[in-house]
Amino acid sequence: MSIRRPPPAERAASRRIVAAFLTGAAGAVGFAVTYVLGGDTRWEGVTLSVAFAGLAVGLSQWGRHLVPTGGYVEEHEGFAPPPFEQTMTTRALTAPDSPVRRRGLLAALGLALTALGAAALFPLRSLLPFDRVRPVRARTDTPWGPGVRLVDAGGRPLRPQDVPADTMVGVFPEGHVDAGDGPAFAVRLEPGRFSRQPSGGHLDGLAVWSLLCTHAGCPVRLYLRGTGRLLCPCHQSSFDLLADARPVAGPAARPLPGLPIEVGPDGFLRAAGDFTGPPGAGFWSRP
Amino acid sequence: MITDRLARALDDRLRLSPIARRALAKVFPDHWSFMLGELALYSFVALVLTGVYLTFFFEASSADRVYHGDYAPLDGATTSAAYASTVRLSWDVRAGLLIRQTHHWAALVFAAAILLHLSRIFFTGAFRKPRELNWLIGVTMLALALANGFTGYSMPDDLLSGLGLRIIVSVVESIPLVGAWLASLALGGEFPSDVMIPRLYVSHVLLVPAVLVVLISLHLGILVRQKHSQFPGPGRTEHNVVGSRLWPSYTLRSLALFAWVLAVLFALGGLVQINPVWMYGPFQPAQATSPAQPDWYVAWGDGALRLFPPWEFRIAGHLVPAPFLPGVVLGGVTFLALYAWPFAERLRTKDRRQHHLLDRPRDHPARTGIGVAALTFYAVLVVAAGDDILARLLRLPVYDLLSVLRVLVLVLPVLAGLLAFLLARALRRGDAAGVGALTRADLRRCAPRPAGPSEGGDGPGGQETPAVDRPGGRIEMWPEGDAWHWRYRDDAGRLVVTGNRAVLSRQEADSAARLAYPGVDRIVVPGPPPAAPAGPIRTALRRWGRAMAAGSLLLAAIVDRRRDRRRQERERADDTAQAEDAGSTGDGRT
Repeated sequence: MSIRRPPPAERAASRRIVAAFLTGAAGAVGFAVTYVLGGDTRWEGVTLSVAFAGLAVGLSQWGRHLVPTGGYVEEHEGFAPPPFEQTMTTRALTAPDSPVRRRGLLAALGLALTALGAAALFPLRSLLPFDRVRPVRARTDTPWGPGVRLVDAGGRPLRPQDVPADTMVGVFPEGHVDAGDGPAFAVRLEPGRFSRQPSGGHLDGLAVWSLLCTHAGCPVRLYLRGTGRLLCPCHQSSFDLLADARPVAGPAARPLPGLPIEVGPDGFLRAAGDFTGPPGAGFWSRP
Repeated sequence: MITDRLARALDDRLRLSPIARRALAKVFPDHWSFMLGELALYSFVALVLTGVYLTFFFEASSADRVYHGDYAPLDGATTSAAYASTVRLSWDVRAGLLIRQTHHWAALVFAAAILLHLSRIFFTGAFRKPRELNWLIGVTMLALALANGFTGYSMPDDLLSGLGLRIIVSVVESIPLVGAWLASLALGGEFPSDVMIPRLYVSHVLLVPAVLVVLISLHLGILVRQKHSQFPGPGRTEHNVVGSRLWPSYTLRSLALFAWVLAVLFALGGLVQINPVWMYGPFQPAQATSPAQPDWYVAWGDGALRLFPPWEFRIAGHLVPAPFLPGVVLGGVTFLALYAWPFAERLRTKDRRQHHLLDRPRDHPARTGIGVAALTFYAVLVVAAGDDILARLLRLPVYDLLSVLRVLVLVLPVLAGLLAFLLARALRRGDAAGVGALTRADLRRCAPRPAGPSEGGDGPGGQETPAVDRPGGRIEMWPEGDAWHWRYRDDAGRLVVTGNRAVLSRQEADSAARLAYPGVDRIVVPGPPPAAPAGPIRTALRRWGRAMAAGSLLLAAIVDRRRDRRRQERERADDTAQAEDAGSTGDGRT
């Protein structure tokens, strides 16, 4: 076999390809070394990236310069079926003894399958365990109720004086700090500034509302000091606490439900009942 | 040498060569836009590879777990096992953070690649008959990709993803009649429930990926069966595919693309921080991060939730909450429209023919206009999902920006769509080569005609552009050994495309050529074109192959001789042992 000297362009391409693959190999070795030395995420990423980039450059150069590219044509028979085949297939399917001709039996079979399909849906109900509260009740009832004390995130009960003027304090039903629908907040505002009385009432300007936005349920955590307004970080709904937490801007449409509060005989704040409405986002059966 | 023997050995047992020969000779069109789908495929492979690694360390449970590890601010803190294991994976598992971030980046790239691929298919009309099936599968995969991205994003149980999950739950709850039940069934109780993370996990690593794998296989199977579509051009007809072959050209190029995808993803995963859950903190029902933005591919939903006015209404005393229209209805309409598009377009254009030649976007101004309008609409929604950040950057009150965006989301799509429509029509009618070369005259020429997206549908653009007739083009056929080849040569001889595979007889070559170029003259030429010279790689490989063969022969000889020697030694030893045995038994007997 005679060995022909390849043209210079090909030789240059081969050199580039070899260089790329060697770079790739170096990258792979570099990754292994980085890993053994304790692994720095940045260097791991860079070395692994170099390893694959070397492969990529080499392969693409190879594909572009050393193998024939373009210049081929494949015939395409299209999807018009041969008429004879189509006729014979349909005839085979609809022969006199074919099951599709037994309309009555097919109807019965369809009934059986439909019944089976419908029955198979029933076990899906188990996804919500039967001992759990039904969905609508779960959304309406919260851990709050008459006599439930207000505690902070650490579980400590709060006295009225623990809520300073013009700031918001996150409050929770005692014993249910992690409940999804329990979070509320207490603020102290000047009673004279209320343009609409808080739905849960107030104790000398101290009022409590649900923390969950009535739009999509995010905690309305941003308190705009001085304005008595609250902003939701998710979709920028804004609520005016001086007007019973009515939505004033953004996509929320309903006011935050209030929590009726009182001071218990022990001097701590406690709820006088549940929220004035289901907290959080709305749903079909929401009263 | 070795490849040859291996291939023969395999073929002797499986009889694969009839299929393999066709498969290796499959022709791919040479246009970059055909790589977008591959981009999605390879990001999916990257997702599976990195995802499998992550499952070894992630603990899908909301049970309490105390974190002990290198991340000092959380050391000793009690969080859910999901969160603690994610922080551990990021800080204490070597290479864990790289793989986790690469996984997340791969998800972003996956969704982006699907969107680009979908846009290419849409604007070139590649969804037309016979490819509607693959369009439906593709749209389903887009939905699944979005869903799986969201479940993956929610699993670490950090504060940011907890907010996202809460929003999605609220959107599901807003569905009339069944919303609360659907949400409760999915969560197994009230949000946040204790079975929520295991369920997200199972759907993220098993259910949805399994469906995706099945759909990807179907997608590719149908693609191979139907063959690629192609842009119109010289030598291209409705009955052929012109381009490069799978072997060797596209094998190398496709592997190169795979390596590129991995290179970019690992570079991103190593260098660009993404979703630092340890900074967000664990999920707590009463806490929120600000600003809070979702991953880009669900941002359109979040943007819609932000922009939609506070409209709620009641049906027979029942509440339809604010997230229903922008969340459920918009998402549903989006995917319904995507699913229905090929059929809706066919209804409008009455075009029931098969199409293997693609449109250019200008060939169908109405479709182009609608597509651009839709993309603009969703782009504005994505921008709206960052309205708080944008407001801070622009030093504007967020509600002023919101009002502007509410107008833009309705006005911009109409303007952009109309502009695209007019440009496409001017390009189609005029003789300008590209948008840059359009003159005012081109635009004015179509100005008197009423402009409206409904107009172009049944115009000439809606019809198939007939392949240009080729007078003077000819087919050449020639025998080579026991095989026949054929090629097409156009009038000027500038374009020569060779039939992708050799056939046994002249008749076969003839019928293949007749199929690809109906009505073109066929002649038999005496000789084959000169064969491509052996490249340096092949020469080097040959040299290597010979060296390897010689080396392995040498090695085999050495091994053989050593084995021989050892056998002789063993036999000798056995002989002596037997002799001793014989001696001892002999002793016993005596």
